Amino acid sequence: MNEIAIEDLSRRRFLQGGAGLTLGFCLPGIAAAAAAAGPGKAGEGLAAPVSFEPNAFLRIGADNSVTVISKHLEMGQGTYTGLATMLAEELDADWAQVRVEGAPADAKRYNNLFWGPAQGTGGSTAMANSWEQMRKAGAAGRAMLVAAAAKRWQVPAAEIEVSQGVVRHAASKRSAHFGALAEAAAQETVPTEVALKKPENFRLIGKQARRKDTLEKTNGKAKFTQDIQLPGMLVAVVAHPPLFGAKVASFDATRARAVKGVVDVVQIPQGVAVLATDTWSAKKGRDALQVSWDESAAFKLGSDEILARYKEMAKKPGLTARKDGDAAAALGKAAKVVKASYDFPFLAHAAMEPMNCVIRLSSDGCEVWNGEQLHTGDQYALAQLFGLKPEQVNIHMLYAGGSFGRRACKDSDYVLEAAQIVKAIGGKAPVKLVWLREDDMRAGYYRPLYHHALEAGLDEAGNIVGWQHRLVGQSIITGSPFEKMMVKDGVDATSVEGASNLPYAIPNLTVDLHTPTDIGVPVLWWRSVGSSHTAFSTEAFLDEVAAAAGKDPYELRMSLLTAHPRHAGVLKLAAEKAGWGSPLKAGKAGERRGRGIAVHESFRSVVAQVAEVTVARDGSLKVDRVVCAVDCGTAINPDNIRSQVEGGIGFALSAVLHGEITLKDGKVEQGNFDGYAPLRINEMPAVEVHIVPSAAAPTGIGEPGVPPLAPAVANAIAAATGKYLHRLPLRSSDLVT
Amino acid sequence: MIQLNVNGKLQKLDVAPDTPLLWALRDTLQLTGTKYGCGQALCGACTVHVDGTAMRSCALPVSAVVGKKITTIETVDAGRVGKAVQAAWQKLDVVQCGYCQSGQVMSAVALLTQNRKPTDADIDNAMSGNLCRCATYVRIRAAIHEAAKSLA
Repeated sequence: MNEIAIEDLSRRRFLQGGAGLTLGFCLPGIAAAAAAAGPGKAGEGLAAPVSFEPNAFLRIGADNSVTVISKHLEMGQGTYTGLATMLAEELDADWAQVRVEGAPADAKRYNNLFWGPAQGTGGSTAMANSWEQMRKAGAAGRAMLVAAAAKRWQVPAAEIEVSQGVVRHAASKRSAHFGALAEAAAQETVPTEVALKKPENFRLIGKQARRKDTLEKTNGKAKFTQDIQLPGMLVAVVAHPPLFGAKVASFDATRARAVKGVVDVVQIPQGVAVLATDTWSAKKGRDALQVSWDESAAFKLGSDEILARYKEMAKKPGLTARKDGDAAAALGKAAKVVKASYDFPFLAHAAMEPMNCVIRLSSDGCEVWNGEQLHTGDQYALAQLFGLKPEQVNIHMLYAGGSFGRRACKDSDYVLEAAQIVKAIGGKAPVKLVWLREDDMRAGYYRPLYHHALEAGLDEAGNIVGWQHRLVGQSIITGSPFEKMMVKDGVDATSVEGASNLPYAIPNLTVDLHTPTDIGVPVLWWRSVGSSHTAFSTEAFLDEVAAAAGKDPYELRMSLLTAHPRHAGVLKLAAEKAGWGSPLKAGKAGERRGRGIAVHESFRSVVAQVAEVTVARDGSLKVDRVVCAVDCGTAINPDNIRSQVEGGIGFALSAVLHGEITLKDGKVEQGNFDGYAPLRINEMPAVEVHIVPSAAAPTGIGEPGVPPLAPAVANAIAAATGKYLHRLPLRSSDLVT
Repeated sequence: MIQLNVNGKLQKLDVAPDTPLLWALRDTLQLTGTKYGCGQALCGACTVHVDGTAMRSCALPVSAVVGKKITTIETVDAGRVGKAVQAAWQKLDVVQCGYCQSGQVMSAVALLTQNRKPTDADIDNAMSGNLCRCATYVRIRAAIHEAAKSLA
């Protein structure tokens, strides 16, 4: 091959001390972001202010760097890498030169396309809603680079190729790095129509693009909200009421103020905040506070009492969420009726980084540093509190140390708490609100406690002729800004998702719902939302029904899924890879082993899992291996899909083995990882993830790995012991022989 | 004033003696790679090395580590094992949210410093004090084996 001299304008520019070169089309928002973000964030290295334009997702530096602007939060799920993969694919960028920055809060440009005019991350929508948008942003950038090169070299654009960050014209042996063409490309018109690649030409999508955040998350350099330190900043630790709905009656701050480092003590609607120069002093100050609480309006039921109420409610029909045929009649005529009920506890998200937020007021607005998951909601909430316009609330989206739904608080709870503290001190200093672990665990916004009651009727041949599923639990959505969109005729779609869309071919099927409104425990979406309980009740119950019908659980599912090829596809793949039907290796003396299967659709992806378990004589459980098959449409980054499913399995297993927030007289009994124990490495099974090849548009992957795990494990336990689990978490006493 | 030896430097700190090492590192020395997760030595996010041993800095008052050598995530790559562990973490893309990973890396380095060929059971023993809510455990285990291989 001939030597091709590559123009290296960028280097020359740098040596001359020239400014960075930018693609004009990509600049909307960047100037504002640069002004807002401070060092090291969006807009870094920007030369001059530029007018607003659409598609604010890409910046190409004079140094050839390709910066992708992520409108979505990176909370571990690989969003930054996924969005960058899509854009870089169509730009034909060199992956090594791609980096990612968080976008500012701006719902006009950075809205979640599935959420209408709101910016935010959740519901496993990041890849799916951005699939065309990010590729088009990359393709537009590529077209402008090509047009600029065609003009400079006086050659037809159609003869120009782009690969790995280099633009080439083979016939004239000319080429240039992106950086060298950026300034000229910025003068080109933004194309209105761009052609996207055919999947067979993908070079990054479907391959093993490495995560963009691994290095800085391995060497301690990644910045989380907890790491923000601003000049003059005070750290706030808050004394919160011991019960939901309690308020401060009075407090004495004398001893708190005597703690060295404590600067101020202020009352806010959420409690009493102690402000100090550092976290430890703030904590000591908070511990020294004397607060008496007004509990007259507080919620005082225990979780046992809540569950008892729900069981009572389940005796009567609720609001209909789905009705096919006549389930009651079918059950009345059935040869055999199977009944079971299931109890699910409150669950805390317990992200490793407890909730926190930094806010600074300035003369013309406020700045927020946060692992920001609901930009638009938080922006409006803060604007309202401070009397600002939403656009005066500048949010710096940092990495979140986990969220699992918690940082997408529909009520902006912890963000508003930080803001109230800033307001209470008249904005005289920037404030970092730090929730200690106990604050985080006791603050509510749990996955709601649920009770399910199911009945199925079988005919003489063992066919399922009727299915009745009743759910009782709090609504997450009612009373939130999402109510209009997601609550229909009193039924919160997230309460019944996974149950109301049961895929199985059952002629008579009813799903109904009771939504208690007098439970004062704040509830929220928890990774996989409704499917975190509905997958368990539907899939564990189906195994009980299969046993009653004398059918193999896998064969039964397949026979009922002929109209659902994606479900059937993942079931078949998981069963094959797990060796379904082949004997399991025997355990040690006294050990019982079993294999269980489950399939569930959530966030438009379908996942099947086969779990292999060992139950010891004392009832202790070990999940040895989980084989998983996933259909999430086009696999943008297969390694990240595997990673999300591995993690989803571990997250779900936490809830099977340990997860439970309990209330006694309204008070949350757990406070730290001793009482509420996430999975540890010694409990983690071996995991195999198989991805169904697909050319369909991508669907979710952050959450769909979670739901099938618990029923697959329960079904494996049943296979090993004959005992069906009817409540989570598992008690060893449920499995003792 | 308390004098600490952190990452090879003697540092004078104006903090109360009962201040946990974690907060002295983070708030006073701006070494924010070491994370707060629980404050009770339950999660391991705050793991540092004290005279080469993995310790939970959130439950360790500064008064207890005077005169000892403290190493944090910021300089653990100065040693061969630290480099190997970080390289393995990168090769396998272990991280997800990343918040616990400084602690995971510090515990893994301590393990491999003492045991160059850990079994899965050794790994479970050494690493079960480090929680990862994203449950990156499959990869943590694989990365420790990978680092052991590269050190052999």
